[in-house]
Amino acid sequence: MELANTRYNNVLSQIKQEKTKRRRELLEALRKNKWALASLYIIIALCAMSLVSFIYTPYNPFQFNLAIARQPPSLSHPLGTDELGRDILSRIMYGGRYTLGISFISVTLGALIGVALGILAGYYGGKVDTVIMRIVDIMLAFPTILLAIALVAAVGQGVKSLILAISITTFPVYARLVRGTVLQIVNEDYITAAKLIGLSSYKIMVKHVLPNTMSVIIVQMSYYMGLSILLASALGFLGLGVPPPKPEWGTMIGGGRTYFFSTPHIVVIPGIFIFITSLAFNLLGDGLREALDPKLRGLLRRG
Amino acid sequence: MIGALLVVFLIMRILPGDPARLIAGPEASWEDVENIRKMLGLDKPLYIQFIEYVKSVFKGDFGKSIKYGTPVIDEILARLPYTILLAVAAEAIAVALALPLGVYSALKPNSTLSRFISAISLFGASLPIFWLALILIYIFSAKLKWLPSFGAGSWKHLILPSFTLALLLMGNLTRITRSSVMEAASMNHVTTAVAKGLDNGKVLRRHVLRVSMIPIITIMGLQIGSLLGGAVITETVFAWPGIGSLLIDSIFYRDYPLAQGIILFIVLAFVIVNLAVDFIYGLIDPRVRSRTWS
Repeated sequence: MELANTRYNNVLSQIKQEKTKRRRELLEALRKNKWALASLYIIIALCAMSLVSFIYTPYNPFQFNLAIARQPPSLSHPLGTDELGRDILSRIMYGGRYTLGISFISVTLGALIGVALGILAGYYGGKVDTVIMRIVDIMLAFPTILLAIALVAAVGQGVKSLILAISITTFPVYARLVRGTVLQIVNEDYITAAKLIGLSSYKIMVKHVLPNTMSVIIVQMSYYMGLSILLASALGFLGLGVPPPKPEWGTMIGGGRTYFFSTPHIVVIPGIFIFITSLAFNLLGDGLREALDPKLRGLLRRG
Repeated sequence: MIGALLVVFLIMRILPGDPARLIAGPEASWEDVENIRKMLGLDKPLYIQFIEYVKSVFKGDFGKSIKYGTPVIDEILARLPYTILLAVAAEAIAVALALPLGVYSALKPNSTLSRFISAISLFGASLPIFWLALILIYIFSAKLKWLPSFGAGSWKHLILPSFTLALLLMGNLTRITRSSVMEAASMNHVTTAVAKGLDNGKVLRRHVLRVSMIPIITIMGLQIGSLLGGAVITETVFAWPGIGSLLIDSIFYRDYPLAQGIILFIVLAFVIVNLAVDFIYGLIDPRVRSRTWS
Protein backbone atom coordinates (compact mmCIF):
# COMPACT_ATOMS: atom_id res chain seq x y z
CA MET A 1 0.00 0.00 0.00
CA GLU A 2 2.73 2.38 1.07
CA LEU A 3 4.73 1.43 -1.97
CA ALA A 4 1.81 1.86 -4.31
CA ASN A 5 1.14 5.28 -2.85
CA THR A 6 4.67 6.60 -3.32
CA ARG A 7 4.82 5.06 -6.74
CA TYR A 8 1.57 6.72 -7.68
CA ASN A 9 2.71 10.12 -6.45
CA ASN A 10 6.02 9.79 -8.24
CA VAL A 11 4.37 9.01 -11.51
CA LEU A 12 1.89 11.83 -10.99
CA SER A 13 4.59 14.46 -10.63
CA GLN A 14 6.39 13.01 -13.61
CA ILE A 15 3.26 13.27 -15.68
CA LYS A 16 2.73 16.83 -14.57
CA GLN A 17 6.22 17.83 -15.66
CA GLU A 18 5.81 16.12 -18.96
CA LYS A 19 2.50 17.85 -19.50
CA THR A 20 3.85 21.36 -19.09
CA LYS A 21 6.75 20.46 -21.32
CA ARG A 22 4.46 19.08 -23.97
CA ARG A 23 2.18 22.09 -23.81
CA ARG A 24 5.14 24.38 -24.43
CA GLU A 25 6.32 22.27 -27.34
CA LEU A 26 2.83 22.27 -28.78
CA LEU A 27 2.53 26.04 -28.77
CA GLU A 28 5.97 26.28 -30.28
CA ALA A 29 5.13 23.82 -33.06
CA LEU A 30 1.87 25.55 -33.78
CA ARG A 31 3.57 28.90 -34.00
CA LYS A 32 5.99 27.57 -36.58
CA ASN A 33 3.24 26.14 -38.81
CA LYS A 34 2.17 29.22 -40.70
CA TRP A 35 -0.80 27.57 -42.41
CA ALA A 36 -2.28 26.39 -39.13
CA LEU A 37 -1.64 29.78 -37.57
CA ALA A 38 -3.26 31.62 -40.47
CA SER A 39 -6.23 29.26 -40.23
CA LEU A 40 -6.54 29.96 -36.55
CA TYR A 41 -6.67 33.70 -37.24
CA ILE A 42 -9.27 33.20 -39.98
CA ILE A 43 -11.42 31.13 -37.63
CA ILE A 44 -11.14 33.75 -34.91
CA ALA A 45 -12.06 36.47 -37.41
CA LEU A 46 -15.10 34.51 -38.62
CA CYS A 47 -16.25 33.87 -35.06
CA ALA A 48 -15.76 37.53 -34.22
CA MET A 49 -17.80 38.47 -37.28
CA SER A 50 -20.67 36.23 -36.19
CA LEU A 51 -20.54 37.59 -32.66
CA VAL A 52 -20.56 41.17 -33.90
CA SER A 53 -23.81 40.42 -35.74
CA PHE A 54 -25.55 40.18 -32.37
CA ILE A 55 -25.04 43.88 -31.83
CA TYR A 56 -24.42 45.28 -35.28
CA THR A 57 -25.06 44.43 -38.94
CA PRO A 58 -24.77 47.06 -41.71
CA TYR A 59 -28.40 46.44 -42.74
CA ASN A 60 -31.29 44.46 -41.35
CA PRO A 61 -30.59 40.95 -42.71
CA PHE A 62 -34.33 40.22 -43.02
CA GLN A 63 -35.47 43.48 -44.64
CA PHE A 64 -36.89 42.95 -48.14
CA ASN A 65 -36.40 45.64 -50.73
CA LEU A 66 -37.27 44.39 -54.19
CA ALA A 67 -36.24 47.71 -55.75
CA ILE A 68 -32.59 46.85 -55.09
CA ALA A 69 -32.84 43.07 -55.59
CA ARG A 70 -29.85 41.16 -57.01
CA GLN A 71 -27.42 44.04 -57.17
CA PRO A 72 -23.77 43.19 -57.66
CA PRO A 73 -21.27 44.22 -54.98
CA SER A 74 -21.04 47.98 -54.63
CA LEU A 75 -19.88 50.56 -52.10
CA SER A 76 -23.16 50.67 -50.21
CA HIS A 77 -23.56 46.88 -50.33
CA PRO A 78 -20.01 45.43 -50.28
CA LEU A 79 -21.17 41.90 -51.13
CA GLY A 80 -24.21 42.90 -53.14
CA THR A 81 -27.85 42.14 -52.48
CA ASP A 82 -29.73 38.86 -52.78
CA GLU A 83 -32.85 37.78 -54.65
CA LEU A 84 -35.10 39.80 -52.31
CA GLY A 85 -32.85 42.83 -52.01
CA ARG A 86 -31.40 41.90 -48.64
CA ASP A 87 -27.81 42.90 -47.94
CA ILE A 88 -25.62 39.82 -48.37
CA LEU A 89 -22.86 40.98 -46.03
CA SER A 90 -25.37 41.42 -43.22
CA ARG A 91 -26.85 38.03 -43.97
CA ILE A 92 -23.45 36.33 -44.02
CA MET A 93 -22.61 37.91 -40.66
CA TYR A 94 -25.94 36.96 -39.17
CA GLY A 95 -25.83 33.50 -40.76
CA GLY A 96 -22.48 32.76 -39.16
CA ARG A 97 -24.24 32.11 -35.89
CA TYR A 98 -26.18 29.29 -37.57
CA THR A 99 -23.45 27.74 -39.69
CA LEU A 100 -20.65 28.11 -37.13
CA GLY A 101 -22.82 27.83 -34.05
CA ILE A 102 -24.62 24.69 -35.15
CA SER A 103 -21.37 23.05 -36.19
CA PHE A 104 -19.67 23.96 -32.94
CA ILE A 105 -22.49 22.78 -30.70
CA SER A 106 -22.98 19.53 -32.58
CA VAL A 107 -19.27 18.75 -32.77
CA THR A 108 -18.93 19.34 -29.04
CA LEU A 109 -22.02 17.28 -28.30
CA GLY A 110 -20.84 14.48 -30.56
CA ALA A 111 -17.45 14.55 -28.88
CA LEU A 112 -18.96 14.39 -25.39
CA ILE A 113 -21.14 11.39 -26.22
CA GLY A 114 -18.42 9.66 -28.21
CA VAL A 115 -15.70 10.22 -25.62
CA ALA A 116 -17.89 9.00 -22.78
CA LEU A 117 -18.82 5.86 -24.69
CA GLY A 118 -15.26 5.28 -25.87
CA ILE A 119 -13.80 5.55 -22.37
CA LEU A 120 -16.47 3.28 -20.92
CA ALA A 121 -15.91 0.70 -23.64
CA GLY A 122 -12.14 0.78 -23.40
CA TYR A 123 -11.94 0.89 -19.60
CA TYR A 124 -14.48 -1.78 -18.72
CA GLY A 125 -14.05 -4.01 -21.75
CA GLY A 126 -16.09 -7.21 -21.89
CA LYS A 127 -19.82 -6.90 -22.37
CA VAL A 128 -19.94 -3.12 -22.04
CA ASP A 129 -17.38 -2.90 -24.79
CA THR A 130 -19.25 -5.32 -27.05
CA VAL A 131 -22.57 -3.52 -26.69
CA ILE A 132 -21.14 -0.03 -27.20
CA MET A 133 -19.00 -1.03 -30.13
CA ARG A 134 -21.89 -2.82 -31.79
CA ILE A 135 -23.95 0.37 -31.58
CA VAL A 136 -21.01 2.31 -32.97
CA ASP A 137 -20.65 -0.15 -35.84
CA ILE A 138 -24.30 0.18 -36.74
CA MET A 139 -24.07 3.96 -36.72
CA LEU A 140 -20.91 3.86 -38.81
CA ALA A 141 -22.65 1.68 -41.36
CA PHE A 142 -24.80 4.67 -42.27
CA PRO A 143 -23.38 7.13 -44.77
CA THR A 144 -23.12 10.42 -42.83
CA ILE A 145 -25.22 12.67 -44.99
CA LEU A 146 -27.85 10.01 -45.42
CA LEU A 147 -28.28 9.52 -41.69
CA ALA A 148 -28.50 13.27 -41.28
CA ILE A 149 -31.11 13.53 -44.05
CA ALA A 150 -33.14 10.72 -42.52
CA LEU A 151 -33.00 12.27 -39.05
CA VAL A 152 -33.93 15.72 -40.22
CA ALA A 153 -36.76 14.26 -42.27
CA ALA A 154 -37.95 12.38 -39.21
CA VAL A 155 -37.62 15.00 -36.49
CA GLY A 156 -38.53 17.94 -38.67
CA GLN A 157 -36.60 20.85 -40.02
CA GLY A 158 -34.88 23.27 -37.71
CA VAL A 159 -31.82 24.16 -35.72
CA LYS A 160 -32.37 21.52 -33.03
CA SER A 161 -32.82 18.61 -35.39
CA LEU A 162 -29.81 19.74 -37.37
CA ILE A 163 -27.68 19.69 -34.23
CA LEU A 164 -29.09 16.31 -33.30
CA ALA A 165 -28.41 14.92 -36.76
CA ILE A 166 -24.82 16.13 -36.96
CA SER A 167 -23.86 15.08 -33.46
CA ILE A 168 -25.37 11.64 -33.93
CA THR A 169 -23.49 11.14 -37.16
CA THR A 170 -20.18 12.14 -35.60
CA PHE A 171 -20.08 10.48 -32.19
CA PRO A 172 -19.20 6.93 -33.35
CA VAL A 173 -15.82 7.97 -34.69
CA TYR A 174 -14.81 9.59 -31.38
CA ALA A 175 -15.93 6.48 -29.54
CA ARG A 176 -13.72 4.33 -31.74
CA LEU A 177 -10.67 6.59 -31.49
CA VAL A 178 -10.94 7.08 -27.76
CA ARG A 179 -11.50 3.39 -27.10
CA GLY A 180 -8.31 2.64 -29.01
CA THR A 181 -6.31 5.14 -26.98
CA VAL A 182 -7.78 3.89 -23.71
CA LEU A 183 -6.91 0.30 -24.55
CA GLN A 184 -3.32 1.41 -25.05
CA ILE A 185 -2.96 3.11 -21.69
CA VAL A 186 -5.25 1.08 -19.48
CA ASN A 187 -2.48 -1.36 -18.59
CA GLU A 188 0.14 1.29 -17.84
CA ASP A 189 1.75 1.26 -14.42
CA TYR A 190 0.22 4.44 -13.11
CA ILE A 191 -3.31 3.25 -13.83
CA THR A 192 -2.58 0.03 -11.96
CA ALA A 193 -1.11 2.09 -9.15
CA ALA A 194 -4.19 4.30 -9.06
CA LYS A 195 -6.37 1.23 -8.85
CA LEU A 196 -4.19 -0.19 -6.07
CA ILE A 197 -4.48 2.86 -3.85
CA GLY A 198 -8.23 2.55 -4.21
CA LEU A 199 -9.14 5.42 -6.51
CA SER A 200 -12.68 5.04 -7.81
CA SER A 201 -13.19 4.08 -11.44
CA TYR A 202 -14.82 7.41 -12.13
CA LYS A 203 -11.84 9.30 -10.74
CA ILE A 204 -9.37 7.21 -12.68
CA MET A 205 -11.25 7.80 -15.88
CA VAL A 206 -11.59 11.54 -15.43
CA LYS A 207 -8.15 12.15 -13.97
CA HIS A 208 -5.94 9.73 -15.84
CA VAL A 209 -7.67 8.30 -18.85
CA LEU A 210 -9.42 11.37 -20.20
CA PRO A 211 -6.37 13.68 -20.36
CA ASN A 212 -4.53 11.08 -22.38
CA THR A 213 -7.21 11.01 -25.02
CA MET A 214 -7.48 14.79 -25.28
CA SER A 215 -5.03 15.26 -28.13
CA VAL A 216 -6.81 12.75 -30.32
CA ILE A 217 -10.14 14.36 -29.52
CA ILE A 218 -9.07 17.91 -30.25
CA VAL A 219 -7.61 17.05 -33.63
CA GLN A 220 -10.69 15.09 -34.57
CA MET A 221 -12.94 17.95 -33.43
CA SER A 222 -11.14 20.35 -35.70
CA TYR A 223 -11.65 18.06 -38.68
CA TYR A 224 -15.24 17.54 -37.75
CA MET A 225 -15.84 21.28 -37.59
CA GLY A 226 -14.74 21.38 -41.22
CA LEU A 227 -17.02 18.50 -42.06
CA SER A 228 -20.12 19.63 -40.18
CA ILE A 229 -19.99 23.06 -41.76
CA LEU A 230 -20.24 21.27 -45.09
CA LEU A 231 -22.96 18.99 -43.75
CA ALA A 232 -25.05 21.75 -42.19
CA SER A 233 -24.85 23.88 -45.31
CA ALA A 234 -25.58 20.93 -47.62
CA LEU A 235 -28.74 20.20 -45.65
CA GLY A 236 -29.61 23.88 -45.73
CA PHE A 237 -29.14 23.88 -49.48
CA LEU A 238 -31.37 20.82 -49.93
CA GLY A 239 -34.05 22.58 -47.90
CA LEU A 240 -33.65 20.22 -44.96
CA GLY A 241 -31.46 22.43 -42.76
CA VAL A 242 -32.11 25.80 -41.19
CA PRO A 243 -35.29 27.01 -42.93
CA PRO A 244 -35.42 30.35 -44.75
CA PRO A 245 -35.57 33.28 -44.20
CA LYS A 246 -32.84 32.55 -41.64
CA PRO A 247 -29.58 33.21 -43.48
CA GLU A 248 -27.68 29.98 -42.84
CA TRP A 249 -25.01 29.97 -45.56
CA GLY A 250 -26.22 26.81 -47.28
CA THR A 251 -29.82 27.99 -47.11
CA MET A 252 -28.72 31.24 -48.77
CA ILE A 253 -27.24 29.28 -51.66
CA GLY A 254 -30.42 27.24 -51.97
CA GLY A 255 -32.50 30.42 -52.05
CA GLY A 256 -30.40 32.23 -54.62
CA ARG A 257 -30.07 29.21 -56.87
CA THR A 258 -32.85 30.20 -59.25
CA TYR A 259 -31.08 33.45 -60.12
CA PHE A 260 -27.66 31.91 -60.28
CA PHE A 261 -27.14 32.28 -64.02
CA SER A 262 -27.99 35.96 -64.18
CA THR A 263 -26.45 37.08 -60.87
CA PRO A 264 -23.94 34.48 -59.71
CA HIS A 265 -22.68 36.46 -56.72
CA ILE A 266 -25.78 35.49 -54.69
CA VAL A 267 -24.57 31.89 -54.76
CA VAL A 268 -20.83 32.36 -55.07
CA ILE A 269 -20.29 34.51 -51.97
CA PRO A 270 -21.88 32.26 -49.31
CA GLY A 271 -20.10 29.33 -50.95
CA ILE A 272 -16.74 31.04 -50.59
CA PHE A 273 -17.43 31.57 -46.90
CA ILE A 274 -18.35 27.91 -46.42
CA PHE A 275 -15.25 26.83 -48.30
CA ILE A 276 -12.86 29.08 -46.42
CA THR A 277 -14.27 28.16 -43.03
CA SER A 278 -14.13 24.45 -43.73
CA LEU A 279 -10.64 24.75 -45.21
CA ALA A 280 -9.41 26.69 -42.18
CA PHE A 281 -10.63 24.01 -39.79
CA ASN A 282 -9.06 21.27 -41.90
CA LEU A 283 -5.72 23.09 -42.00
CA LEU A 284 -5.87 23.76 -38.28
CA GLY A 285 -6.57 20.06 -37.74
CA ASP A 286 -3.53 19.17 -39.85
CA GLY A 287 -1.40 21.61 -37.90
CA LEU A 288 -2.57 20.37 -34.52
CA ARG A 289 -2.08 16.78 -35.53
CA GLU A 290 1.48 17.35 -36.55
CA ALA A 291 2.18 19.45 -33.48
CA LEU A 292 0.64 17.03 -31.03
CA ASP A 293 2.09 13.81 -32.28
CA PRO A 294 3.53 12.92 -35.63
CA LYS A 295 2.65 9.31 -34.92
CA LEU A 296 -1.03 10.15 -35.05
CA ARG A 297 -0.79 10.73 -38.77
CA GLY A 298 -1.94 7.29 -39.69
CA LEU A 299 -4.63 7.15 -37.05
CA LEU A 300 -6.51 10.33 -37.76
CA ARG A 301 -7.78 11.52 -41.02
CA ARG A 302 -10.01 14.15 -42.37
CA GLY A 303 -13.73 13.36 -42.43
CA MET B 1 -28.31 -5.85 -40.41
CA ILE B 2 -31.39 -6.09 -38.20
CA GLY B 3 -29.98 -3.15 -36.27
CA ALA B 4 -29.81 -1.12 -39.44
CA LEU B 5 -33.38 -2.09 -40.24
CA LEU B 6 -34.52 -1.03 -36.78
CA VAL B 7 -32.79 2.33 -36.99
CA VAL B 8 -34.25 3.08 -40.42
CA PHE B 9 -37.68 1.96 -39.30
CA LEU B 10 -37.69 4.00 -36.10
CA ILE B 11 -36.35 7.11 -37.75
CA MET B 12 -38.90 7.06 -40.49
CA ARG B 13 -41.78 6.02 -38.29
CA ILE B 14 -41.52 9.09 -36.11
CA LEU B 15 -41.80 11.35 -39.14
CA PRO B 16 -44.14 14.15 -38.22
CA GLY B 17 -47.31 14.39 -40.18
CA ASP B 18 -49.90 11.70 -40.51
CA PRO B 19 -49.49 9.83 -43.79
CA ALA B 20 -53.04 8.51 -43.62
CA ARG B 21 -54.41 12.02 -43.51
CA LEU B 22 -52.08 13.06 -46.30
CA ILE B 23 -53.50 10.42 -48.63
CA ALA B 24 -57.07 11.10 -47.66
CA GLY B 25 -56.69 14.77 -48.41
CA PRO B 26 -57.71 17.75 -46.28
CA GLU B 27 -61.47 17.31 -46.71
CA ALA B 28 -61.70 13.63 -45.78
CA SER B 29 -63.77 12.62 -42.79
CA TRP B 30 -62.27 11.15 -39.66
CA GLU B 31 -63.65 7.67 -40.58
CA ASP B 32 -61.95 7.76 -43.96
CA VAL B 33 -58.64 8.58 -42.37
CA GLU B 34 -59.08 5.73 -39.87
CA ASN B 35 -59.87 3.30 -42.70
CA ILE B 36 -56.79 4.24 -44.62
CA ARG B 37 -54.72 3.90 -41.47
CA LYS B 38 -56.05 0.35 -41.01
CA MET B 39 -55.35 -0.41 -44.64
CA LEU B 40 -51.72 0.67 -44.23
CA GLY B 41 -51.40 -1.27 -40.98
CA LEU B 42 -50.56 1.88 -39.05
CA ASP B 43 -53.06 1.16 -36.29
CA LYS B 44 -51.11 -1.79 -34.89
CA PRO B 45 -48.52 -1.44 -32.10
CA LEU B 46 -45.05 -0.37 -33.14
CA TYR B 47 -43.27 -3.68 -32.52
CA ILE B 48 -45.79 -5.60 -34.63
CA GLN B 49 -45.34 -3.05 -37.39
CA PHE B 50 -41.60 -3.59 -37.12
CA ILE B 51 -41.82 -7.39 -37.31
CA GLU B 52 -44.10 -7.16 -40.31
CA TYR B 53 -41.68 -4.74 -41.86
CA VAL B 54 -38.65 -6.98 -41.40
CA LYS B 55 -40.57 -9.94 -42.76
CA SER B 56 -41.61 -8.13 -45.89
CA VAL B 57 -38.14 -6.62 -46.46
CA PHE B 58 -36.68 -10.11 -46.56
CA LYS B 59 -39.25 -10.98 -49.19
CA GLY B 60 -38.02 -8.00 -51.20
CA ASP B 61 -41.20 -6.10 -50.45
CA PHE B 62 -40.56 -2.55 -49.24
CA GLY B 63 -44.22 -1.57 -49.15
CA LYS B 64 -46.11 0.76 -51.42
CA SER B 65 -45.26 4.33 -52.25
CA ILE B 66 -47.85 6.73 -50.90
CA LYS B 67 -47.38 9.21 -53.70
CA TYR B 68 -47.27 6.88 -56.67
CA GLY B 69 -49.29 3.97 -55.28
CA THR B 70 -46.79 1.56 -56.83
CA PRO B 71 -44.52 -0.83 -54.91
CA VAL B 72 -41.50 0.99 -53.53
CA ILE B 73 -39.15 -1.60 -54.93
CA ASP B 74 -40.41 -0.86 -58.46
CA GLU B 75 -39.79 2.85 -58.01
CA ILE B 76 -36.30 2.16 -56.70
CA LEU B 77 -35.43 -0.27 -59.46
CA ALA B 78 -36.67 2.14 -62.11
CA ARG B 79 -34.33 4.87 -60.83
CA LEU B 80 -31.46 2.67 -59.74
CA PRO B 81 -29.69 2.27 -63.12
CA TYR B 82 -29.16 6.04 -63.22
CA THR B 83 -27.56 6.11 -59.80
CA ILE B 84 -25.37 3.12 -60.57
CA LEU B 85 -24.28 4.71 -63.83
CA LEU B 86 -23.44 7.94 -62.05
CA ALA B 87 -21.65 6.20 -59.17
CA VAL B 88 -19.59 3.94 -61.41
CA ALA B 89 -18.62 6.81 -63.70
CA ALA B 90 -17.62 8.95 -60.71
CA GLU B 91 -15.63 6.18 -59.08
CA ALA B 92 -13.89 5.41 -62.39
CA ILE B 93 -12.93 9.04 -62.90
CA ALA B 94 -11.78 9.35 -59.29
CA VAL B 95 -9.61 6.24 -59.48
CA ALA B 96 -8.23 7.11 -62.90
CA LEU B 97 -7.10 10.50 -61.62
CA ALA B 98 -6.32 9.83 -57.97
CA LEU B 99 -4.14 6.74 -58.33
CA PRO B 100 -1.55 8.20 -60.72
CA LEU B 101 -1.52 11.48 -58.81
CA GLY B 102 -1.11 9.68 -55.50
CA VAL B 103 1.66 7.41 -56.75
CA TYR B 104 3.46 10.30 -58.34
CA SER B 105 3.39 12.45 -55.24
CA ALA B 106 4.54 9.49 -53.15
CA LEU B 107 7.56 8.88 -55.37
CA LYS B 108 8.49 12.53 -55.73
CA PRO B 109 7.22 14.05 -52.50
CA ASN B 110 9.12 17.31 -52.78
CA SER B 111 8.38 18.29 -56.35
CA THR B 112 6.21 21.30 -57.06
CA LEU B 113 3.56 19.16 -58.72
CA SER B 114 3.27 17.02 -55.58
CA ARG B 115 2.74 20.06 -53.43
CA PHE B 116 0.12 21.22 -55.86
CA ILE B 117 -1.57 17.82 -55.72
CA SER B 118 -1.77 17.78 -51.95
CA ALA B 119 -3.12 21.32 -51.91
CA ILE B 120 -5.80 20.29 -54.38
CA SER B 121 -6.78 17.27 -52.34
CA LEU B 122 -7.07 19.41 -49.24
CA PHE B 123 -9.28 21.85 -51.14
CA GLY B 124 -11.39 18.95 -52.31
CA ALA B 125 -12.10 17.96 -48.72
CA SER B 126 -13.31 21.46 -47.87
CA LEU B 127 -15.42 22.29 -50.92
CA PRO B 128 -19.19 22.27 -50.51
CA ILE B 129 -20.12 19.85 -53.27
CA PHE B 130 -23.50 21.42 -54.08
CA TRP B 131 -21.78 24.76 -54.57
CA LEU B 132 -19.09 23.23 -56.74
CA ALA B 133 -21.82 21.64 -58.83
CA LEU B 134 -23.49 25.01 -59.34
CA ILE B 135 -20.21 26.65 -60.30
CA LEU B 136 -19.49 23.90 -62.82
CA ILE B 137 -22.95 24.34 -64.31
CA TYR B 138 -22.34 28.05 -64.54
CA ILE B 139 -19.01 27.65 -66.33
CA PHE B 140 -19.76 24.75 -68.66
CA SER B 141 -23.46 25.17 -69.34
CA ALA B 142 -24.30 28.81 -68.94
CA LYS B 143 -21.09 30.46 -70.13
CA LEU B 144 -19.36 28.00 -72.44
CA LYS B 145 -22.57 26.19 -73.44
CA TRP B 146 -20.67 22.92 -73.87
CA LEU B 147 -22.73 20.71 -71.67
CA PRO B 148 -26.37 20.43 -70.61
CA SER B 149 -27.02 21.71 -67.09
CA PHE B 150 -29.49 19.13 -65.86
CA GLY B 151 -31.42 15.98 -66.60
CA ALA B 152 -30.25 12.74 -68.16
CA GLY B 153 -30.18 11.44 -71.68
CA SER B 154 -26.98 11.56 -73.63
CA TRP B 155 -23.44 10.92 -72.38
CA LYS B 156 -23.02 14.66 -72.20
CA HIS B 157 -25.51 14.80 -69.34
CA LEU B 158 -23.31 12.43 -67.39
CA ILE B 159 -20.10 14.45 -67.52
CA LEU B 160 -20.81 17.23 -65.03
CA PRO B 161 -22.51 15.16 -62.31
CA SER B 162 -19.92 12.40 -62.45
CA PHE B 163 -16.99 14.84 -62.32
CA THR B 164 -18.55 16.66 -59.39
CA LEU B 165 -18.98 13.42 -57.52
CA ALA B 166 -15.49 12.26 -58.49
CA LEU B 167 -13.95 15.42 -57.07
CA LEU B 168 -15.62 14.64 -53.76
CA LEU B 169 -13.88 11.26 -53.66
CA MET B 170 -10.55 12.26 -55.12
CA GLY B 171 -9.11 14.18 -52.20
CA ASN B 172 -9.16 11.28 -49.80
CA LEU B 173 -8.24 8.72 -52.41
CA THR B 174 -5.16 10.66 -53.51
CA ARG B 175 -4.00 11.14 -49.96
CA ILE B 176 -4.43 7.50 -48.99
CA THR B 177 -2.72 6.34 -52.18
CA ARG B 178 0.17 8.64 -51.45
CA SER B 179 0.68 7.54 -47.87
CA SER B 180 0.23 3.84 -48.52
CA VAL B 181 2.61 3.87 -51.47
CA MET B 182 5.15 5.72 -49.35
CA GLU B 183 4.76 3.20 -46.58
CA ALA B 184 5.01 0.25 -48.93
CA ALA B 185 8.10 1.71 -50.59
CA SER B 186 9.93 1.88 -47.27
CA MET B 187 9.38 -1.79 -46.46
CA ASN B 188 12.27 -4.23 -46.24
CA HIS B 189 11.31 -6.39 -49.17
CA VAL B 190 11.40 -3.37 -51.44
CA THR B 191 14.92 -2.51 -50.34
CA THR B 192 15.86 -6.13 -51.00
CA ALA B 193 14.32 -6.04 -54.45
CA VAL B 194 16.17 -2.84 -55.32
CA ALA B 195 19.42 -4.24 -53.94
CA LYS B 196 18.89 -7.37 -55.98
CA GLY B 197 19.07 -5.14 -59.04
CA LEU B 198 15.48 -5.35 -60.24
CA ASP B 199 14.63 -2.38 -62.39
CA ASN B 200 12.54 0.32 -60.80
CA GLY B 201 9.40 -0.23 -62.83
CA LYS B 202 9.27 -3.85 -61.86
CA VAL B 203 9.82 -3.11 -58.18
CA LEU B 204 7.10 -0.53 -58.29
CA ARG B 205 4.58 -2.76 -59.98
CA ARG B 206 5.28 -6.00 -58.22
CA HIS B 207 6.36 -5.00 -54.74
CA VAL B 208 5.14 -1.53 -53.99
CA LEU B 209 1.80 -1.14 -55.73
CA ARG B 210 0.58 -4.58 -54.82
CA VAL B 211 1.17 -4.06 -51.12
CA SER B 212 -0.25 -0.57 -51.14
CA MET B 213 -3.47 -1.68 -52.80
CA ILE B 214 -4.93 -2.97 -49.52
CA PRO B 215 -5.55 0.36 -47.78
CA ILE B 216 -6.58 1.90 -51.08
CA ILE B 217 -9.26 -0.71 -51.61
CA THR B 218 -10.43 -0.32 -48.02
CA ILE B 219 -10.89 3.38 -48.56
CA MET B 220 -12.71 2.77 -51.81
CA GLY B 221 -15.10 0.50 -49.94
CA LEU B 222 -15.65 3.00 -47.17
CA GLN B 223 -16.08 5.73 -49.73
CA ILE B 224 -19.15 4.01 -51.13
CA GLY B 225 -20.88 5.75 -48.24
CA SER B 226 -19.79 9.23 -49.25
CA LEU B 227 -20.32 8.25 -52.88
CA LEU B 228 -23.97 7.42 -52.23
CA GLY B 229 -24.41 10.37 -49.89
CA GLY B 230 -22.79 12.69 -52.41
CA ALA B 231 -25.01 11.17 -55.08
CA VAL B 232 -28.06 12.44 -53.19
CA ILE B 233 -26.75 16.00 -53.40
CA THR B 234 -25.34 15.77 -56.91
CA GLU B 235 -28.50 14.19 -58.28
CA THR B 236 -30.61 16.90 -56.71
CA VAL B 237 -28.52 19.72 -58.14
CA PHE B 238 -28.36 18.23 -61.63
CA ALA B 239 -31.92 16.87 -61.54
CA TRP B 240 -30.41 13.48 -62.33
CA PRO B 241 -33.24 10.94 -62.08
CA GLY B 242 -31.52 8.51 -59.70
CA ILE B 243 -32.58 7.26 -56.29
CA GLY B 244 -30.88 10.20 -54.54
CA SER B 245 -33.16 12.82 -56.01
CA LEU B 246 -36.06 10.40 -55.51
CA LEU B 247 -35.18 10.31 -51.82
CA ILE B 248 -35.29 14.07 -51.47
CA ASP B 249 -38.60 14.21 -53.35
CA SER B 250 -40.10 11.51 -51.19
CA ILE B 251 -39.05 13.31 -48.01
CA PHE B 252 -40.70 16.52 -49.13
CA TYR B 253 -43.86 14.58 -49.96
CA ARG B 254 -43.71 12.65 -46.66
CA ASP B 255 -43.88 9.49 -48.70
CA TYR B 256 -42.29 7.60 -45.89
CA PRO B 257 -42.47 4.02 -47.20
CA LEU B 258 -40.57 5.25 -50.22
CA ALA B 259 -38.03 7.28 -48.22
CA GLN B 260 -37.59 4.41 -45.79
CA GLY B 261 -37.14 1.97 -48.65
CA ILE B 262 -34.53 4.11 -50.38
CA ILE B 263 -32.50 4.72 -47.23
CA LEU B 264 -32.63 1.06 -46.35
CA PHE B 265 -31.68 0.14 -49.88
CA ILE B 266 -28.66 2.43 -49.82
CA VAL B 267 -27.53 1.15 -46.43
CA LEU B 268 -27.83 -2.45 -47.58
CA ALA B 269 -25.84 -1.61 -50.68
CA PHE B 270 -23.17 -0.04 -48.47
CA VAL B 271 -22.97 -3.09 -46.20
CA ILE B 272 -22.83 -5.52 -49.11
CA VAL B 273 -20.13 -3.56 -50.92
CA ASN B 274 -18.01 -3.56 -47.78
CA LEU B 275 -18.40 -7.32 -47.40
CA ALA B 276 -17.27 -7.60 -51.00
CA VAL B 277 -14.26 -5.40 -50.20
CA ASP B 278 -13.29 -7.75 -47.37
CA PHE B 279 -13.50 -10.58 -49.84
CA ILE B 280 -11.30 -8.79 -52.37
CA TYR B 281 -8.58 -8.40 -49.71
CA GLY B 282 -8.15 -12.14 -49.79
CA LEU B 283 -7.66 -12.15 -53.54
CA ILE B 284 -5.03 -9.44 -53.45
CA ASP B 285 -3.17 -10.25 -50.27
CA PRO B 286 -2.50 -13.92 -49.61
CA ARG B 287 -1.65 -13.13 -45.98
CA VAL B 288 -5.26 -12.26 -45.28
CA ARG B 289 -6.70 -15.51 -46.56
CA SER B 290 -5.98 -17.44 -43.39
CA ARG B 291 -7.42 -14.74 -41.17
CA THR B 292 -11.06 -13.85 -40.80
CA TRP B 293 -12.02 -10.23 -41.09
CA SER B 294 -15.00 -8.73 -39.44
